[in-house]
Amino acid sequence: MEWETVIGLEIHAQLATKSKIFSGAAIAYGAEPNTQACAIDLGMPGVLPVLNREAARMAVMLGLSIGAEIARRSVFARKNYFYPDLPKGYQISQYELPIVQKGRLSIDLEDGTRKVIGVTRAHLEEDAGKSLHEDFHGQSGIDLNRAGTPLLEIVSEPDLRSAKEAVAYMKKLHQMVVYLGICDGNMQEGSFRCDANVSVRRKGDPQFGTRAEIKNLNSFRFVERAIEFEVERQIDLIESGGKVVQETRLYDPDQGETRSMRSKEEANDYRYFPDPDLLPLVLDDDFINAARAGLPELPDIKKQRFITQYGLSAYDAGVLTASRELGDYYEAVVAALGGEPKLCANWVTGDLAAFLNKDNREIADSPVSAVRLAGLLRRIQDQTISGKIAKEVFEALWAGEGDADAIIEKRGLRQITDTSAIEKVIDGVIAANPDQLAQYRAGKDKLFAFFVGQVMKASKGKANPQQVNDLLMEKLKG
Amino acid sequence: MSLGPAEVAKIAHLARLAIRDEDAPAYARNLSAILDLVAQMNAVDTAGVAPMAHPLDTAQRSRTDEVTEFNQRERFQAIAPRVEAGLYLVPKVIE
Repeated sequence: MEWETVIGLEIHAQLATKSKIFSGAAIAYGAEPNTQACAIDLGMPGVLPVLNREAARMAVMLGLSIGAEIARRSVFARKNYFYPDLPKGYQISQYELPIVQKGRLSIDLEDGTRKVIGVTRAHLEEDAGKSLHEDFHGQSGIDLNRAGTPLLEIVSEPDLRSAKEAVAYMKKLHQMVVYLGICDGNMQEGSFRCDANVSVRRKGDPQFGTRAEIKNLNSFRFVERAIEFEVERQIDLIESGGKVVQETRLYDPDQGETRSMRSKEEANDYRYFPDPDLLPLVLDDDFINAARAGLPELPDIKKQRFITQYGLSAYDAGVLTASRELGDYYEAVVAALGGEPKLCANWVTGDLAAFLNKDNREIADSPVSAVRLAGLLRRIQDQTISGKIAKEVFEALWAGEGDADAIIEKRGLRQITDTSAIEKVIDGVIAANPDQLAQYRAGKDKLFAFFVGQVMKASKGKANPQQVNDLLMEKLKG
Repeated sequence: MSLGPAEVAKIAHLARLAIRDEDAPAYARNLSAILDLVAQMNAVDTAGVAPMAHPLDTAQRSRTDEVTEFNQRERFQAIAPRVEAGLYLVPKVIE
């Protein structure tokens, strides 16, 4: 039996505002419990929510970036349920008329093709607080600092057909919100999290199967593993004569499995109705145009530009446009060097990326500035140093030993390009290795590399490799 | 449309309202009467009438994104039944 997986994702992105969506309380992460929860966030009697304009602007920015319709009029609704981290007994959300409708996002699949994933909607809502279940004498502790943090819930169509596609979509959306500067994208802190609706059906069946919703997946890896487990579970269940029930499940990363949440209490009966405390949100052309004017160059467009403008491969362009900061850094290197975009790309995606990775740093915290890297590349370009020596200089740059020129001077790394000096070294090496010379001249061509190695060693790596090759070729002929 | 005792019990549970069994028939009657009113309104031809989200015919005001609230935790927690380490304590909720 061939099975097809059907996945839709609901992604919650915390919007990077300074204050909450309906109150003037701060949303800084990691504050002392309940020091950022004001009367509105606590649902005190008599308070009124007032919408943070910036949250609406950010939602519109996302909508414009995914080719969505921006609702000129959207409505806030109450989603009613009881949980201690939701003090009002309802969450302010949007239901029938969300601010963003019908968008799309294209993802690159492993086989190199593109697939367009529909985005059903994106709506504004408030986050809940946090429940701490560690032991407080048999009670739970509630921190309401997060209550009222603006969220954009982005709902995809059930267009995803594998765990890998789901992850690709999630990564693409993550890249987008971070590019837009509307979300810090920090998944450990819960700024970007995901619920996955997963079902399976027999290949060719026009009907969707019954779906299970896996809640609160906060890493790309967990999304992939949770979906893979869930798909397997559902197929096994159906093939052994069982039936999938619609329910909410939690992923346990330690066991690598999904588990049913108490389904009895999970009566998804939220009794939405328009929130009488909030009037419809009306957006005019000026507001939408201002949001459009604030859009940065989007990832796909930047990637395409890097390919055409700098002659980069699709792969390199993709790596370099993974984040806005990395793209900016790369372009700053090219600008400072005044050309050689391929050389710049090799160094940014190669040595620099490796060092950043090793030290677990972001490009913004690189100890080597774009200008300093360009300074190093300039010395490769004008043959002051070889590519190999450049790696040594780069390490010194990384360690903060000044700019490339100072390091080259101080360490005496200047490449030897003086022909007579190189010839002298070559003569010495040939004289010291008469056996190898004889073998080479007898036809053992492979020994050429041996001589190159010896010359480079004797020159402490400073001899210009191209000149060494040319001169050695001549000399060995005899 | 008429509601039975089971539906009344479900609605009460969703709203976390404790109602006495002997009051259930009265609730069922009153709620059914409200639904009848809605059914009556539903019968009106509303084609071409935009749904109303709010009786006030105006749009939502918004505020600029500024932090205007300061920490008043002590005052809020003075009226809480139980607090510890800055947290509000509530009966254990298990997921």
